[in-house]
Amino acid sequence: MSAHPATIGWLAAHELRLSWRDWFYLFTAGKKWRSRRLGIFLIVGVLLAHAFALFVIGRFTAADFPVSRANYLLLTSGVLLYFFLMTSQAMEAATRVLYARADLELLHSSPVALRRVFVVRLTMIAISIGTMAMLIASPFINVLAWRQGAQWLAAYGVVFSTGCVAAALAITLTAFLFNVVGPRRTRFAAQFVAAVVGALFVISLQVIAIFTTDTLSQLAVLRAGWVIQLSPPEDSLVWWPARAALGDGVRLAWVLGCAVALAAAAVVIFSWRFVRYTALAANVGESGSIRQGKAASFRLTSPGHSLRRKEWTLLLRDPWLISQSLMQLLYMLPPAILLWKSYGHGTDALVLMIPVLVMASGQLAGGLAWLAISGEDAPNLVATAPVTATSIIRAKVEAVLRAIIVVVAPFVLAFAMVSARHALVLAAGSALAAVSATIIQLWFRAQARRAQFHRRQTSSRIATFAEAFSSVGWAGTAALYAGGVTAASVVAGILTVLTLVVTYFAAPKAMG
Amino acid sequence: MADETTTANALEIRGLYKSFDKPAVAGLDLTVRAGEFYGLLGPNGAGKTTTLRMVAGLLQPDAGTITIAGRDALRSPIEAKRIVAWISDEPMIYDKLTPFEYLEFVAGLWSVKASTAQERARQLFDLLDLTPHAHTHCSGFSKGMRQKVALAGALVHEPEIIILDEPLTGLDAGSARQVKRVLRERVDAGATVIMTTHILEVAERMAERIGVIAKGRLIAEGTFEQLRRQAGHGAGALEDTFLALVAEAA
Repeated sequence: MSAHPATIGWLAAHELRLSWRDWFYLFTAGKKWRSRRLGIFLIVGVLLAHAFALFVIGRFTAADFPVSRANYLLLTSGVLLYFFLMTSQAMEAATRVLYARADLELLHSSPVALRRVFVVRLTMIAISIGTMAMLIASPFINVLAWRQGAQWLAAYGVVFSTGCVAAALAITLTAFLFNVVGPRRTRFAAQFVAAVVGALFVISLQVIAIFTTDTLSQLAVLRAGWVIQLSPPEDSLVWWPARAALGDGVRLAWVLGCAVALAAAAVVIFSWRFVRYTALAANVGESGSIRQGKAASFRLTSPGHSLRRKEWTLLLRDPWLISQSLMQLLYMLPPAILLWKSYGHGTDALVLMIPVLVMASGQLAGGLAWLAISGEDAPNLVATAPVTATSIIRAKVEAVLRAIIVVVAPFVLAFAMVSARHALVLAAGSALAAVSATIIQLWFRAQARRAQFHRRQTSSRIATFAEAFSSVGWAGTAALYAGGVTAASVVAGILTVLTLVVTYFAAPKAMG
Repeated sequence: MADETTTANALEIRGLYKSFDKPAVAGLDLTVRAGEFYGLLGPNGAGKTTTLRMVAGLLQPDAGTITIAGRDALRSPIEAKRIVAWISDEPMIYDKLTPFEYLEFVAGLWSVKASTAQERARQLFDLLDLTPHAHTHCSGFSKGMRQKVALAGALVHEPEIIILDEPLTGLDAGSARQVKRVLRERVDAGATVIMTTHILEVAERMAERIGVIAKGRLIAEGTFEQLRRQAGHGAGALEDTFLALVAEAA
């Protein structure tokens, strides 16, 4: 750090160092011996991502992308999808700036000009979101540049611009929420808004697809003649990002310039507000807490029941969980509409919905299981209670699985009204996915605080991947079986079981 | 220690060993009588917390026996846990539960009858000035408030033995006084309190007997007067006595 202390450059270097170490820790959990493994993992990951991109878009040639409104629409929709996802990520980052207390007291008590700190921190959001957007899009851009020409490299500029505009919007939205709902509720409100914003575009396209093409395919909507007819003419300003992505240098300069200017304006306008907001947010704990309605009396039955009720109470009061569950429910909205629309018209819609619901059950169970099993805030209390460890684990697992039943049961009932067979497949698939995700969390349990949920992946990459693979595996198995491809579903089931077996042997033996 | 009978003892530790990278507890023998306030002192890393964590069932010893009010804590841990409460220096409570809900949960874990538990909870809230906050989420509580909630939780099942590891660390004078008063009342009511502390004045004033641990072994034990004589300090404070004993053992 050669910059003069307390200048913007010096603070930026400090932030960069913290960000780098944070990122490195996320992948290595602070263990130096994992650095080499991380390097190999990154190389393999990059190669696999490029192979996937090649598989998806490699067959397209330049002739498939003539200058037309249809292609502009497709590209612009891709940019918009990206924009909403990045806005969601940026809102999380902006909320962290407000509520992360790690060094705020030190900074607030120091003689440094606080506005500089927040100029740096908000700028870091824009840069990191823009960079993340470029990294995620890079396999597709690289494949397009390789197959269709170097002009596609201009798409990097568009993607970075998308990240900058997303950051500007996220900073503005977060500040707006803080103003409207106050310091106590902003964190939850921001998580909720981020979840909704992230899902909004995809869900809207799916809902339009259901009502116009009777499918869940967003592409079907974007390729529909009436949509193309409704879209603006080719020389419209709306298509500038798409034209920039296709290599139009002038438009790229404009898009990039406007995006950076927007991000800079958001940073300048809101940095001083963030100084005030962080001070207000830091005092939330001391200024009292949420008052609940007084419970009339103790309701005691057994230790197991007490444990289950405690888990449910905490799950219901977990803001992260509520926002994530709402997002899951939002994603279930299009399949639910499809189910409603196809009622009495065969079972095709059910086959489409089964993998979505099975996958959601597995993912939700994984999150709940981590919170209940690893995220125990009073481990010593529970460990010193006159209850066996097995009973404690059983009660926690029951709490998780019952919560999943509450979520999935309405769908199973709705399926049963159309087809009992498909309802059974959904119930079995969801149960297998939920139980698998839960036992993976059991095998890899490590003591942590609930507040550390967003970093739960650091405890074990294997558990994270195993949880995802098992959910995908059971979703595929159930979908194949529901679609009548029994032999393939048996193979998919066996592969999923093998994944679990391998995961068991990879789990820490002390925990197993 | 020769005249102590097994039935009168709240805690008996014999030949206790626990090693991490190096021995933390090395052949510890310790006896705490029923109904006494026992202070456990020792320098940092002496093995106090490790010992008490093994007694509370939070750690498995490598060797040795732990008997709690006549129950073998290693063979029948559930029976032993029924009569023990553990409180650490860092109160671990649930931010999203209210003190009322927290005590309800603890009473459930110890299978205390609902009406009995609720009456005890009411008394404890009054005693610890928690009544106005009984239905407020614990997330905004100060360290002292959290420690008082943890203490109320520990006492709601009326344990015979209360084990406290540095319970007064970080508490303000008012909260510390309340905690000490409640502990004294529990001892007067017949419970046994075993407490580690770095605040030697607290041990001097509250503990009936004091044990000094160094390098995982009990190096001295007795009343304050007995320890002073053992250390060869006529009229010195406990601090001088403690430092002399530890220096002697080193």
